[in-house]
Amino acid sequence: MNKILLFAGLQEKAGQAEVELNAVNKSIAEIKSMLKESYQMEEIDTSMAAVNEEYANGDFVVKEGDTIAFIPPVSGG
Amino acid sequence: MSEKFWISEQPLNIQEVVDLVTRREAGAINTFIGTVREFTKGNRTLYLEYQSYVPMAEKKLAQIGDEINEKWPDADTAIAHRIGHLDITDIAVVIAVSTPHRADSYDASRYAIERIKEIVPIWKKEHWENGEEWIGDQKEQKAYPQGQPDEEDLI
Repeated sequence: MNKILLFAGLQEKAGQAEVELNAVNKSIAEIKSMLKESYQMEEIDTSMAAVNEEYANGDFVVKEGDTIAFIPPVSGG
Repeated sequence: MSEKFWISEQPLNIQEVVDLVTRREAGAINTFIGTVREFTKGNRTLYLEYQSYVPMAEKKLAQIGDEINEKWPDADTAIAHRIGHLDITDIAVVIAVSTPHRADSYDASRYAIERIKEIVPIWKKEHWENGEEWIGDQKEQKAYPQGQPDEEDLI
């Protein structure tokens, strides 16, 4: 299983900050599609992803226990 | 929380950040203090709410410190960013960079704030009298409304 973390607008869209999902052997791009479908989460297309707290590309393949975070465009400072 | 790069739910203490880079080798300490602005493009902000992916954000702030050391090997950097509810004029971010000579401290400080707006997972939500919105990118050129009704309300 994998923990999926959602922030800002994505979190509000899903109504939760965390989702448990079996994403093992799936790519980041595939997980994005799954979430987009499940939650009508269009904003995920413009979001970056991080695996275990480091940015990862769309073709990154997830392993058991990885934590995946979807990161909308940031606005700190 | 790392020693010199951290996210805080409490008000930031400027002197605490400055003290972390104060040293005998330095001839300059440049501080950048980011504060909450009341008006953005004619919209009056009542308060801001900052959210962060804290462990990753602290790593990315430390990475910015490493990047600064690659570009300005003699620089010493500390950065603190606040999250949660912030009122107008509250301090959102404090950057302190010390260097032997002043020019590098200005350049490195500017570099740090620009990189924060690019790579550090922190988001701000503006709350107005007539709506609210997560701000979508660092240059504030694009925003991601919660939904269509909210957007219409704003006009």
